[in-house]
Amino acid sequence: MLTISNLEKVYPTGTKALSGVGFTVDTPQVVAIIGPSGAGKSTLIRCINRLVEPTRGLVKLHDTDILTLNRSELRRARRRMGMIFQEYNLVERLTVMENVLSGRLGYVSFWRAYRRKFPPEDVRAAFVMLERVGLAGYQDTRADALSGGQRQRVGIARALMQKPDLLLVDEPTASLDPKTAREIMRLLVELAHDRGTPALVNIHDVALAQTFADRIIGLRQGEIVFDDTADQVTEAVLTDIYGEEDWSTTIRREGNGADNGPETKPPDDKNGLIREAAAG
Amino acid sequence: MTAEQHAQKHPQVWRRFSPRDTLLRYIWYLGAVAVVVWSISMLDIPWFYFLDAHLQAYDLAYRMWPPDLEFLETLANPLLETIHIATLGTAATVVIAFPIAFLAARNTSPNAFTWFVGRFILVTSRSVNTVVWGLLFVAIFGPGPMAGIWAIAFRSIGFMGKLVAEAIEEIDVGVVEAIESTGASRLQVLWYGILPQVLPVIYGTTVYRWDINIRESTVLGFVGAGGIGILLYSSINQFQWQEVSLMLVAVFGVVLISEFVSAAVRQRIT
Repeated sequence: MLTISNLEKVYPTGTKALSGVGFTVDTPQVVAIIGPSGAGKSTLIRCINRLVEPTRGLVKLHDTDILTLNRSELRRARRRMGMIFQEYNLVERLTVMENVLSGRLGYVSFWRAYRRKFPPEDVRAAFVMLERVGLAGYQDTRADALSGGQRQRVGIARALMQKPDLLLVDEPTASLDPKTAREIMRLLVELAHDRGTPALVNIHDVALAQTFADRIIGLRQGEIVFDDTADQVTEAVLTDIYGEEDWSTTIRREGNGADNGPETKPPDDKNGLIREAAAG
Repeated sequence: MTAEQHAQKHPQVWRRFSPRDTLLRYIWYLGAVAVVVWSISMLDIPWFYFLDAHLQAYDLAYRMWPPDLEFLETLANPLLETIHIATLGTAATVVIAFPIAFLAARNTSPNAFTWFVGRFILVTSRSVNTVVWGLLFVAIFGPGPMAGIWAIAFRSIGFMGKLVAEAIEEIDVGVVEAIESTGASRLQVLWYGILPQVLPVIYGTTVYRWDINIRESTVLGFVGAGGIGILLYSSINQFQWQEVSLMLVAVFGVVLISEFVSAAVRQRIT
């Protein structure tokens, strides 16, 4: 599905953000990318849809060689890659519905977007999506009136409206409280698995990564130093990725929290949302 | 740590500026005073006329009182025309300034050349006074409100364009990234990702500029570009001070109202 090899990015300032990164995602799995700040996690994700132009290397989504595309071909390729951001990046002054429908911009003409006249099937899909992420009834609320958790739900809905072949997720929970962070990760992972969409998730929280990801890639100074299943992450691995530290309290222990592998039973979504809204 | 070391590490004296900085600051002050003195000495001001200025002012006020209320009838139409000139001029400005603002913002201009063109238009527009634009358009369209409308518009384009361009340069780039990553076209990114972010600035500056334009359009008649100015000019020339005072009060009233309207509108923008 996604093949990356020898990916390299040198910024104009001379900073080498990525040097020879390569990996393959060939099953619909959730891949968490962990690593210290400045290791190149954001750059890696942005190089895949070319929000950042890689210096050299190969990025292949199915049979499309992303890095050789021209502008309009790139636009078409971007429609197949949904992106979710740390700061949500919603258009604040637009309604939830407009934000969700913006996921379809790559498929509609400028005039349709201008008049907010999206095709009926897109509108229906948007309502279904809103219900799925737990925001039914919020379509006319302005995005700047939502709480952080609610905004990220809109961000997820927008990305999934693209019907993507790949989800690129950049620190989805870093701006959220621990409980909301878990809810968002659970929603994200469920949706990715339901739809069979592979997801690359940049994440700082190692325990959260271990809980929800099928596979973990460790990045250090622009190089991959770890690539294995979540349960293979040990103190030695974390020391290798981040450096010397007491990791004993960071690693998710078996039996701690009574869940092995991705959490299964989601609590009642509606209630979670109401609590979240009440928390502001 | 000895007392001496301690005193060295935690001294009692702290200065915001070094002696060199202080000296430099005084040199700047001296320079500013020199500029003022130079300007006054160059202007050759006839100080003699100032001796009875207070008497002249009193005399003028005396002759202005009371305002000639009968003149109100003649005044009504030109006053309305003044407001219409300001409104239509502002409307034309919005239509023209908007695309130029996108050219003149670094992050939305297609290339360095278009950016330069955008900035050039904005600077040209602002460097010419409304009344001078009025003179030019009276020469082109002949006297009347049409010249006034375009004079207002051409001066306002630079003002609105500059403020909107600056707002565009300060938008949240994350939102633009998000819209771009959906596969949206350039135009769609502009309309969906950028425009909503600068809309409050566009509303705000439009109303503010309309407010300014009402004041500016009162003097456009001086050069024949329509509105109340022509009456004001002729009344002053005929020493009809009671008419003049009525006009000043009327303009004051209109400006006051426009001030209220624009304040109310700007407060409601979210």
